[in-house]
Amino acid sequence: MSAGNVNTEALKHPGINLGEAHGEAHTQAEGVVFGFWVFLMSDFILFGLLFATYATMVDHTAGGPGPKALFDLKSISIETFALLLSSFTFGMASLNLKHGERRKPIILWLLATLMLGLIFLGLELHDFSSMIDKGAGPWRSGFLSAFFGLVPLHGLHVATASLWLIVMLVQMGVFGLTPRVKTRLLRLGLFWHFLDIIWVGIFSIVYLAGLS
Amino acid sequence: MKSGSRAHCHRGKTVRRIAVTILTLLALSVLYDDAWALPVSSFLEPAGPVAAAQKNHFIWVTLITLIVVLPAIILTPYLAWRYRYGAKKVAYKPKWAFSWLFEILIWGVPTIIVLILSVPLWNSTHQLDPYHPLASTQKPLHIEVIGLDWKWLFIYPDEGIATVGEMAVPVGRPIALDLTTDTVMQSFWIPALGGQIYAMPGMRTKLQLLADRPGQFRGLNSQFNGMGFEHQQFLTVSLKDDAFKNWVQQVKSRGIPLNTGRYGTLNKQSTRAESFAALGTPAMPQDILYFSSVPPNFFQQVIARYRSGHPLPPGDQPGTKAHGGHSTPSPNGKTGLGT
Amino acid sequence: MTASDLWHLVFGRLGLQSLPFWDMIQHPTPSHIINGIIATGAAAVVVIGALVTVFLITKYRKWGVLWSDWLTSVDHKKIGIMYIVLAFVMLARALIEALLIRTQQADGLNGGFLSADHFAQLFSTHGTIMIFFMAMPFLIGLINFVMPQQIGARDVSFPMMNSISLGLTAAGAALVMVSLVLGKFETGGWTAYPPYTEAAFNPGPGVDYWIWAIALSSIGTTMTGINFAVTIYKKRAPGMTLFRMPLFTWTALCTAILMIFAMPPLTAVSLMLALDRYLDFHFFTNGMGGNMMNFANLFWLFGHPEVYILILPAFGVYSEVFSTFSGKRLYGYTSLVYATMAIAVLSFTVWLHHFFTMGQSANINAVFGLLTMIIGIPTGVKIYDWLLTMYQGRVRFTVPLIYALAFSVLFVLGGLSGVLLANPSIDFQVHNSLFLVAHFHNMLIPGLLFGMLAGYHFWFPKAFGFRLDERWGRLSAYLWISGFILAFFPLYALGLMGMTRRTVSYFDPAYTPWMLVAEVGALVLTAALTTLVIQLIVSIRERKANAVPVGDPWDGRSLEWAIAAPSPEWNFPVIPTVTDRDPFAVAKAQHTAYQSPPAYEDITLPTNSAMGMIICVVGGLLGFALVWHMWWLAILSALAVPVAVIAKSFDTRTEKVIPAAEVRQQHQAWLAQARQETPISRQLETSPDNHGLADNTIAEAST
Ligand code: HEM
Ligand SMILES: [Cu+2]
Repeated sequence: MSAGNVNTEALKHPGINLGEAHGEAHTQAEGVVFGFWVFLMSDFILFGLLFATYATMVDHTAGGPGPKALFDLKSISIETFALLLSSFTFGMASLNLKHGERRKPIILWLLATLMLGLIFLGLELHDFSSMIDKGAGPWRSGFLSAFFGLVPLHGLHVATASLWLIVMLVQMGVFGLTPRVKTRLLRLGLFWHFLDIIWVGIFSIVYLAGLS
Repeated sequence: MKSGSRAHCHRGKTVRRIAVTILTLLALSVLYDDAWALPVSSFLEPAGPVAAAQKNHFIWVTLITLIVVLPAIILTPYLAWRYRYGAKKVAYKPKWAFSWLFEILIWGVPTIIVLILSVPLWNSTHQLDPYHPLASTQKPLHIEVIGLDWKWLFIYPDEGIATVGEMAVPVGRPIALDLTTDTVMQSFWIPALGGQIYAMPGMRTKLQLLADRPGQFRGLNSQFNGMGFEHQQFLTVSLKDDAFKNWVQQVKSRGIPLNTGRYGTLNKQSTRAESFAALGTPAMPQDILYFSSVPPNFFQQVIARYRSGHPLPPGDQPGTKAHGGHSTPSPNGKTGLGT
Repeated sequence: MTASDLWHLVFGRLGLQSLPFWDMIQHPTPSHIINGIIATGAAAVVVIGALVTVFLITKYRKWGVLWSDWLTSVDHKKIGIMYIVLAFVMLARALIEALLIRTQQADGLNGGFLSADHFAQLFSTHGTIMIFFMAMPFLIGLINFVMPQQIGARDVSFPMMNSISLGLTAAGAALVMVSLVLGKFETGGWTAYPPYTEAAFNPGPGVDYWIWAIALSSIGTTMTGINFAVTIYKKRAPGMTLFRMPLFTWTALCTAILMIFAMPPLTAVSLMLALDRYLDFHFFTNGMGGNMMNFANLFWLFGHPEVYILILPAFGVYSEVFSTFSGKRLYGYTSLVYATMAIAVLSFTVWLHHFFTMGQSANINAVFGLLTMIIGIPTGVKIYDWLLTMYQGRVRFTVPLIYALAFSVLFVLGGLSGVLLANPSIDFQVHNSLFLVAHFHNMLIPGLLFGMLAGYHFWFPKAFGFRLDERWGRLSAYLWISGFILAFFPLYALGLMGMTRRTVSYFDPAYTPWMLVAEVGALVLTAALTTLVIQLIVSIRERKANAVPVGDPWDGRSLEWAIAAPSPEWNFPVIPTVTDRDPFAVAKAQHTAYQSPPAYEDITLPTNSAMGMIICVVGGLLGFALVWHMWWLAILSALAVPVAVIAKSFDTRTEKVIPAAEVRQQHQAWLAQARQETPISRQLETSPDNHGLADNTIAEAST
């Protein structure tokens, strides 16, 4: 199921090649990937609502600390860098997935992605805990509730994506690069880049706007 | 309790009443309240310019919309019957499915109707905006309303008095209300005078009303707020100028000062009758509380407490059980309108 | 550690006081006893009902069948049917609650017999159930069953996800049912506005039941929306272009899109309320910067599109019903499609009309009022399109058509009250009153519910192979219609008389006569549901006589009628090629229906999966554990979800193959039967002569 005609298939499905000239796998993959896009759209709405809520509550500090007192641009910058870089490493993994059939580079790039994702999560958790140490937990004000509603939700998504990535690494070992594994990787890639875009939103709307 | 006995004496005449009312029903009239001398509680019997305009608007919108509604109601049975299976000598065109004429009609007529209706919609929304002061030569009477579970507290800051269960207003003079609550969200409504507006803790909303004839009107909260919700009603009395001045004097002479301690009793979860039992004096009318004085800026402070930045534990939030609300009133424990 | 500590560790805040008869034992006053008996009776019905079901299944050894043919099935038809069964069960409960509400208010002048607390739970569960666990499962079930067959597909795009959606919805419904037995439900209405529902004011489990029931079902519904939309985009048969899709499928598409965009606000708002209650957040609290207005905003950002999620599929049913039972093409197909799309888009622009009274500026109110009225235009267009469908047709008064006619007359009255409500200055006078309650029931009962019932009668033969009894069906329809009129028209008057919604008692004797009429209406409606049950029993008993194996009992027009009844597991032995709207009507007219295909192919279908059931149980347990603060169980069941999903992702046996020979054999047997039957004319449509082969020579002759 894995050997295939790269050129024609790549034309047909720019994101990935599934091998196999037979159209069936493609039609199916198309539905699956399209469905995932629709899911991302729905998830995007969820984030949009929390962004909107944050925007309306940013002034509701209720006498508590505001953005300026809490955000640490240094750590945020490293997080941002880690996440953006992880999108690049995932992109490299995808390129390898599309143009090569060797597992090893794919796995290496994915491992790098995972590392960066975990670094991001670790730093973010550290940020949260130092905020809470300053008495700035979600219970302190409407502003902090909105913050802790939005930013950790993104973190939770990244954690989920990381878990998914680990599962995919295992599945590549167990099944090899079957079409199923490939479309899953394709979707994971979409998810990963999507979370990057959300983070850019958080970085600018929450952190940059909050510190300026 | 006064109102309880009223309900009781009604029972004897139930049968005749039902008969009478069913006749009214058939006539599709909305002539009700007066028969039992209850305060007016519908904008279809307006007692002020706002409610009158709303009634007028209501009737016009109904009539205009009927232009599209009636044909559908008539045509449905007509077409179904005329083209029923087995009907003789009617055309049958199973493939006919389009006509420009009909298309233009069915899109055009509703569009025109909506266009027509949009003018009064826009204008009335602005004219009857509850924040928009009513045109008048007289200076508005200012009343501050605090929603509590389950009664309204009316503060007359310029007169320096406050009441619960009865809101008197002078005929012909605009009334400018500021509203908030010291518990959950509520909705303040005097149908005969004008529309409703939400009242919310830590916030101030506004409402403008005017009574253009003397009378008694029902006021209420329409937003469900717990187990005494249905008791949260009050009487609005519109009085001629002299009578109003007299009423203010009455409140001053018959009332007691509102202070923090009394407010602390008043704002516990309780019906008006229960508050009266705790705070009322024989000098006050049944189930109605009169306060002869009010601490300065009382209303503003109630709002400010929610904006202080300090946590308000449930025990400090009126309306919560922790604040000393007592058990649910029994289903038959009624509070009347205090008439 | 004391025994009580241990108890709390294991059972959280569950305790004796959570039992429905505890109050009555503690405070044996007449009022507590009456309310206790009602609550205990309801709990007993739930418990006994569950036990009897278990007993009967065991006695007749049906566990195996239930498990492998139904619960683990990923067949869209079976999932659809299970959704509808759920809807009927919940309809029964919510209707009984409505009857209790009505009976209480009929005696409301004297205080009635229910406690305020009990009454508040009743209107809250009634509303929550009717919307989320009656209407939604009904329409999702109907779409599930019908839509893939209408577009010539063998299943939805994601069959297992379909079963998970069902599981999540069922788990939510189960939580609401459990709240009858353990603890109490929420009392702030189906909208659950904070701050009333915040922990400070309502610390008990009620609001938490609401939160988790809603959260679970909203996630399930989002997934359903994705599933339907992708199915319609990707799985249409060759030639089935978007503008050849039957109107029901069009409404399914628009509903699916609305679900994708409108359910996230509900998920968000319910989880935000949960964060406030569980983790001391301040999204909607009094003070500390909370903003309760944002709840209303987010809730209705879901809530208004939701009413179109509810009504559009019913519109789709009416489109099919009017055209089929007028023996005629649907008038103004394009018009109807654009009207549906316009409604779907506009439905996101009007949510603010649910809180005109919150104090925003007149400009904002006026704009939203205008937009609301504009939605009336495409809706009005649809009504006239249906009327023109009857024009120059041959209208047969079957049960679905009776519902459709009643809808057409009654719905426009609801539209009239809707236009009134769209005017902010009028809304200020009827908001929160029974006028509003009358308005939305006027949209929901003749609109949604009649539509669903019409669809139920229309497609039942396709699902089970026999028609529903016509006489009981008519009786039931007349009862629903008259019951609705009696129960809800008085509420218009009461609202104009200043009577608020959600009031357990009142002081104005003038209300009582109207309330009595409404009570009669509620009784008639209860009779209507009873006759539906009787109809089902009678029909099952006479299923042989009413069988329609050939599959086309109503001289249908779309693809689902071109196959056997009940439909084969794979729907279409060979995927049809579509060349026109109303493809089956065209095929019949051109005598190309019921023909042997040149060849058969193996058919690949998804295998059964227990995932739906696992998610149902685990999700239900998670909700239950969170309601009662059983943290260990919450953690375990929360962990079980990813574990199950990951485990499932390693399963590669997700497809089975039906050999071409088997498909051929079944199809040929059915074709042989079709050739034997005599086509029957529409006069005999509702007689036992109808075996599902339609004679449409009249239609042909008069073209
Ligand atoms: C079939 C007969 C039905 C009857 C007799 C009935 C009756 C009632 C009654 C008496 C109320 C309470 C009104 C009040 O607040 O005073 C109510 C509320 C409500 N009903 Fe129904 N209803 C029926 C069907 C439906 C259907 C089909 C739906 C939706 C699909 C529905 C949705 C609601 C909702 C959302 C509420 C508001 C609950 C709240 O206040 O939060 N009802 N109904
Ligand atoms: Cu709406």
